[in-house]
Amino acid sequence: MTKGGKPMDLMKEFWNGSRLALARSISAVENETEGYTDILREVYSHTGNAQVIGITGAPGAGKSTLTDKLVKYYRTQGKTVGIVAVDPTSPFSGGAILGDRIRMNDLTLDTGVFIRSMGTRGSLGGLSKKSADAVKLMDAFGMDVVLIETVGVGQSEVDIVKNADTTLVVLVPGLGDDIQAIKAGILEIGDVFAINKCDRDGADRLNVEIEMMLDLNTEEVAWRPPIMRTIASKNEGVEDVINAMEEHRQHLIETGELEQRRRERTVNEITEMVKEQISRYVMNKVTSTGEFDTYVDQVFARKIDPYTVVESLVGKVVK
Amino acid sequence: MAEKLIRVIVAKPGLDGHDRGAKVVARALRDAGFEVIYTGLRQTPEQIAEAALSEDVDVVALSLLSGAHATLFPRVIELLKERGMDNVLVIGGGVIPEGDIPDLKAAGVQAVFTPGTPTSKIVEFINEHVKK
Repeated sequence: MTKGGKPMDLMKEFWNGSRLALARSISAVENETEGYTDILREVYSHTGNAQVIGITGAPGAGKSTLTDKLVKYYRTQGKTVGIVAVDPTSPFSGGAILGDRIRMNDLTLDTGVFIRSMGTRGSLGGLSKKSADAVKLMDAFGMDVVLIETVGVGQSEVDIVKNADTTLVVLVPGLGDDIQAIKAGILEIGDVFAINKCDRDGADRLNVEIEMMLDLNTEEVAWRPPIMRTIASKNEGVEDVINAMEEHRQHLIETGELEQRRRERTVNEITEMVKEQISRYVMNKVTSTGEFDTYVDQVFARKIDPYTVVESLVGKVVK
Repeated sequence: MAEKLIRVIVAKPGLDGHDRGAKVVARALRDAGFEVIYTGLRQTPEQIAEAALSEDVDVVALSLLSGAHATLFPRVIELLKERGMDNVLVIGGGVIPEGDIPDLKAAGVQAVFTPGTPTSKIVEFINEHVKK
């Protein structure tokens, strides 16, 4: 811990309700600094209480603006809210501009709200875990609701919201992104839809398109995602969205699906962690002997094929 | 251990409405591989300090063209210290007369980058001075 305070002090402050400690624990987990797994170990038994909501949709749909309004509504209900706002990292520079919170400036000084921006940092599976860990920390810290907000343009972003109990998909009429959204697969994960900027042309058409998409699923489904209309910038339709998400939550609890989904997530989490550890172990062994580069040269020169190489390399580690 | 990225908040305190420079700097910092949190216009020092805290930034970069730097920059530093953020690098830029810079430095602003400074200098400074 370079910024002062060993992990022990950090957790003491965390349980005392220090926002700085929450911020630093998220950093420790994100950067995998020494001792970070101890933090997660310690908080784990305190998680599972917060309502976790994923918010996704095309860029420019108004997710952050809507998130800002949703949070304000939750605050009127006396609920504390944590927000993990994920923005894409540039694949070229590795840097990112994390600008979601610019729409939530009113919330900055509200001590019942905690906003954390995260970049995707280019790792497909990794971000899903890191944002899930940030959510756990906010949950353990005592937040009643935790929102994960992310741009739904790729599989990794879709994975992020799979960590949520309820997923809200925000769409906008007329940008042509309705079809894009279908392609990205985010329509399949939506539990509640919001057509934002619904005063624009094309709102009705978009509504019909979503209904048609939902109709394509011929299986018997217990929950038919409702399609809400909002104008987030004018704070219109926000209460309807909140109520729809609450209904979904009740549905999950009553049908036992909440337990089932969370159990599935636990299975996935443990599986991913096992895979990650094994992968690291094997990769370390494979690349440590110096043979790796020699093999790469040979494969590149087409003197040997990669399948043979891999069999040989892995075979030495895993017997 | 995962790669630790440098996190910077680019903030505009006070009533100054000119953000082109701040956006140019934000983009340059992103291109240099940093994670940049840009909080927009008309931030109070309290908002900047709170955002810096929850985002656990390494650097607070303040942009000001309205002349209020002598009051607002030290105020931000004071608020950061109150929140226990002692190791944050605070830098400034904008319309800041050379003559004002020594006082700013005395207050804790570690560097001031005035108009015309290549953005690479800012990147260099951050890389050299952020504790890893």
